[in-house]
Amino acid sequence: MKDIAVLRDIAHCYGKVTALEPTTLNIPAGTMAGLIGPDGVGKSTLLSLITGTRKVQQGELTVLGGDMRHAAHRRHSLPRIAYMPQGLGKNLYPTLSVEENLAFFGHLFGQGAEERRQRIQQLTRATGLDPFLDRPAGKLSGGMKQKLGLCCALIHDPDLLVLDEPTTGVDPLSRQQFWQLISDIRRNRPHMSVLVATAYMEEAQQFDWLAAMDDGRVIATGSPQALLEKTAATTLEQAFIALLPAEKRAQHQAVIVPPVDFASGDAAIEASHLTRKFGDFTAVDDVSFRIQRGEIFGFLGSNGCGKTTTMKMLTGLLPFTSGEARLFGQLPAADDMATRMRVGYMSQSFSLYAEISVRQNLAMHARLYDLGSERGEQRIAQVMEDFGLAEVADTHPESLPLGIRQRLQLAVAVLHEPDILILDEPTSGVDPVARDQFWNHLVRLSRDDGVTIFISTHFMNEAERCDRISLMHAGKVLAVGSPHELAQQRGSESLEEAFVDYLREAAGIRKEDEHSDLPATLSSNTTAEPLQRPAWRDFFTPRRWWAYAWRETLEIQRDPIRLAFALFGPLLLMLVFGYGISFDVEDLKYTIIDNDHSRESRLLTEGLSGSRYFLQQDTPLSYDAALEKMRTGELTVVVEIPPDFGRHFMLGWQPEISVLIDGAMPFKAETASGYINGLLLREVQALAARSPNSSGLNLPVSIQSRYKFNQAFKSVYGIVPGVVTLMLALIPAMMTALGIVREKETGSIANFYATPVSRLEFLLGKQTPYIVIAFISFVSLVLMSWLVFGVPVKGSLPTLAAGALLYVWATTGFGMLMSTLTRTQVAAMFATVVLSIIPAVNFSGLLTPVSTLTGAGKWIGLIYPAAWFQPISLGSFTKALNFSQLWHNHLMLMVFIVVFTWLSYAGLRKQER
Amino acid sequence: MQLKNIATLGVKELYSMKADPVLLLLIVYIFSFAVYTIAKGVNFEVKNASVAVVDDDDSPLSRELIASLLEPEFQPPVRIPASRMEEVLNQGEYVFVIVFPPDFERDVLSGKQPEIQINIDASAMTLAGNGAVYLQEIFLAGTIRYLSPATSYESLLPLSFTVRKLFNPNSKSAWFNSMMQVINSVTILGMILTGAALIREREHGTVEHLLVMPVSPAEIMLAKIWANGLIILLATLLSLKLVVNGVLDVPIQGSVLLFSLASILFLFSVTSLGILLATLTHSMAQFALLVLPVIIIMYLLSGGTTPLESMPDWLQWTMQASPSTHFVKLAQNILYRGAGPEAVWPSLLVLIVLGVIFYSIALARFRKAIVTMA
Repeated sequence: MKDIAVLRDIAHCYGKVTALEPTTLNIPAGTMAGLIGPDGVGKSTLLSLITGTRKVQQGELTVLGGDMRHAAHRRHSLPRIAYMPQGLGKNLYPTLSVEENLAFFGHLFGQGAEERRQRIQQLTRATGLDPFLDRPAGKLSGGMKQKLGLCCALIHDPDLLVLDEPTTGVDPLSRQQFWQLISDIRRNRPHMSVLVATAYMEEAQQFDWLAAMDDGRVIATGSPQALLEKTAATTLEQAFIALLPAEKRAQHQAVIVPPVDFASGDAAIEASHLTRKFGDFTAVDDVSFRIQRGEIFGFLGSNGCGKTTTMKMLTGLLPFTSGEARLFGQLPAADDMATRMRVGYMSQSFSLYAEISVRQNLAMHARLYDLGSERGEQRIAQVMEDFGLAEVADTHPESLPLGIRQRLQLAVAVLHEPDILILDEPTSGVDPVARDQFWNHLVRLSRDDGVTIFISTHFMNEAERCDRISLMHAGKVLAVGSPHELAQQRGSESLEEAFVDYLREAAGIRKEDEHSDLPATLSSNTTAEPLQRPAWRDFFTPRRWWAYAWRETLEIQRDPIRLAFALFGPLLLMLVFGYGISFDVEDLKYTIIDNDHSRESRLLTEGLSGSRYFLQQDTPLSYDAALEKMRTGELTVVVEIPPDFGRHFMLGWQPEISVLIDGAMPFKAETASGYINGLLLREVQALAARSPNSSGLNLPVSIQSRYKFNQAFKSVYGIVPGVVTLMLALIPAMMTALGIVREKETGSIANFYATPVSRLEFLLGKQTPYIVIAFISFVSLVLMSWLVFGVPVKGSLPTLAAGALLYVWATTGFGMLMSTLTRTQVAAMFATVVLSIIPAVNFSGLLTPVSTLTGAGKWIGLIYPAAWFQPISLGSFTKALNFSQLWHNHLMLMVFIVVFTWLSYAGLRKQER
Repeated sequence: MQLKNIATLGVKELYSMKADPVLLLLIVYIFSFAVYTIAKGVNFEVKNASVAVVDDDDSPLSRELIASLLEPEFQPPVRIPASRMEEVLNQGEYVFVIVFPPDFERDVLSGKQPEIQINIDASAMTLAGNGAVYLQEIFLAGTIRYLSPATSYESLLPLSFTVRKLFNPNSKSAWFNSMMQVINSVTILGMILTGAALIREREHGTVEHLLVMPVSPAEIMLAKIWANGLIILLATLLSLKLVVNGVLDVPIQGSVLLFSLASILFLFSVTSLGILLATLTHSMAQFALLVLPVIIIMYLLSGGTTPLESMPDWLQWTMQASPSTHFVKLAQNILYRGAGPEAVWPSLLVLIVLGVIFYSIALARFRKAIVTMA
């Protein structure tokens, strides 16, 4: 195989935006191949197509000797490809430890326990991660995260290793170590092909083969040497600029920083002994520096070394634990708006609104900074021109490439012409030409307008442009001075060398220790599964299912709050609802207006007040007063006894009693009406027995009402089984509903695209732990209904348990479905609440029997699982039924499981579009 | 605090909402289709009750009594053999099974007072009690009419009752359910929209960015409250006018203006509560699991589903802390009973107090919650 990947007229677009023009390219096998070029030129798109994580839209793509458009070839080649997507720790799970992250990937590639152990040991030893096996990935520094990401990628001996900007945001020492590691691996496994996209030209210089890209096109290919010769340039960066089309080249201007003497200036930013602790972790440790007005002050250090925390303390976002910081001699205060008007801040990640247009974002900031309409418009026009945003003014930032988004962030930061700019890695992920433009702006601001600039960066050539820099590592400042001074102090030729030297000293590493010993293949017993295997194993293997189930379980374990909500929430709700939802209408507030005051009317009055259903209120002055009280709900029933009631009654003249009932709540009104009828009838019969003229009441039939299943006619027997149904519908669905969208939002869904895990394994794996949790919740609910409410399971417990298992499988499946169909967590949560709460509460038989539902409600009820579990729950708890009477409900629940799983399966894509 | 900032940020909130079509679609759904189906589908009054009959007599009288069970209260009665009685009740196929004994008519005519048995599935709580009362009245009146067509049941009684139900004379569930569902929709949206919006902004770092600018937490919160509140208020009033009053033909007795005021105060307190819950949690997943139980409790126990008086005292007191309890009461008093401002002001006051409490706690926690989580 000569070429690892062959592209024929491959093109790709996202909606209307073209990411990749038709491209034809052969990428040689067994080499270190690099893609270089600015952001948004299609490098990442190209890599994701080659790894099979993105669907080919147009053209032919051959990777590892097969057609990537065919699912069968992708299935067979995924175990041979390793892909590390862009972004620090993007494919890692932050709450899982280093070892657990690695073990998860080991599981995914079907490795046994012993093999996993060996590989994890070898890889972590080689990368120096072995002392940190138990540390959560989220708490690693940027460099360590990338090493761990690499280990995860290498765990299965891939034939093709694809790295998308692996060293962006990593300090120079870690960067060196990272490439050293790659070259060690390649030395031992020479047939492995490596494909890297990078923004660091000096790194690309070391590669075997390069493809330079611009604007969705490949503009040149060849070895770095060949590219240099072709353009007659000395550095690759210059070569790249020379390769650009003429009009783009014209935009480029070398950055020249005029020297300034700051000896006598007053301080714009001052920090002394600044310290910040998070729990027992010291993020910033005793940091002091002084920045002169108009100075460009650089902050260097790896991710997680405390740069961002320091900057946040200066802006007043974070309070400091000890020490102090001053801006213009003022302590930052949370409510100090005057100082904030003078500061422009740009955070490391994009923090503007992605869903409103570029112009709207700028306009919003102009208003918030009180620029006034005229000056605001003027400034917006100015920054749009300065930062080349005019042509994207009406585009939403979410569809813009990173580089342009960074430009927008800077435009926002300078919009109100602040005196201080605090910029946290503003050029991370921005291409060389744009970076230089960016710096020309900064220099102009500093030198012409006297703006003080506090900037953090990973690029050494940027650091060299600063007036002074501060090197930071693990919360401490290692050195402060001008770039030239620092290099001299260490006797180094370049700033980079000096910095690496400082870092090495701080970390206590000797140079000769750095060569790692990697065996040729990581283990002797090769793992490549035989190509001939039963077809079903492509769709489901217990091991890969377990990988996801196990990982999801660990993540829940690490989030005890969520687990507590899931287990105790239903119990608490059952307590509240068991006592609270009641159709036992009691204590109806009533009053009697007695216009007669005879013996008979008094007897009648006393008879009513003896009832437990009624609660007598003070007699209002008049009928109108009673009506007014009814309006505010203070009275439900008014009984009015007419004048001469007693006399007419005795005469047998059928006097008329009028009863007024508050009908606002129909159920209550109906019940009250029934009660009052029965009660009056009884009292009247008693009265009639004493009356000489009345013969009493003689009815032709007797009607016997027998209440089945709930002789005492207490709501609790009906409500408790209903609450079980309700709880197991809502909480489990909500737990799974965020599962997949969360991975989509954080980016760890990339592992699903890039590894051989099938859709079914992924879905069921993520669902399993929640089925278990929901079932535990079911057991606790049954115990509570028995012990607290005295509602035992009268029917068959196994039937109920089997039903509950199927039911929670179905409801968690409903959550998964919502999760596959939505794009954001908010939408998934909202859809789950809205689409499950309404049928679960109203149409499942909790409040009113399903047999009485009418219209669309009945159908909505029947296509939701709760309506089928409610008969099982009610039947087992209250009606003493067993399986032979309930089985058809179980069968229906199984249908739901199949349908929900199938729909989720169909809605989930194994490739991005 | 500057009104200009609150306005600017709120307008942005409106733009954001416009960008999320799924959300808008669900909002429309919950205020229209959901209201309609629940109003039409769920019957708390005796309506559409399923009845089976075991007629061992099969006489003209028993047949006439069976025929007197009419829609819409009852579904057409279905005759079943005596042997299936247990089974149909067990399956929940029928709520009532009526048994006429052999020789029923003969015994009635000879004055022996034979017994009609009504078997009731009492686990159907809303229907069992009131349905039994209905059946009793119908059978008594029917028998008396059969015996002597001239006399009525009422004339046998030594006195007469007139029962008048105010505000909803025919006890139509649709009248009640539709309004209560609108209120439930307001609760669900108010809690989720603001709370989730805050967590999303926290996760994306946009709130943090705002806090570096001359913008205060109070302005950010108030902007979210007014913008989301406005959308929900509009949806509520449209739903009330078009769906409840229009399609469902439910008369609105009281002042819509006063109801709007109550809605605004309710939205203030419930959106503040949503933000408060968001500041108590660290992620969307936690927020979802916290907000869900709160929503269900408000949904079921505020007096919009079952009567508040039926709950134990401690729970009634606890529910006073929920704005929805007061809003349900206000909505019932204003819209059904036509109460005026002089009658409902105490409830409005309580809503304001609750809103201010939630808002203050949320504000106190806001900055800490934003910064520590990111």
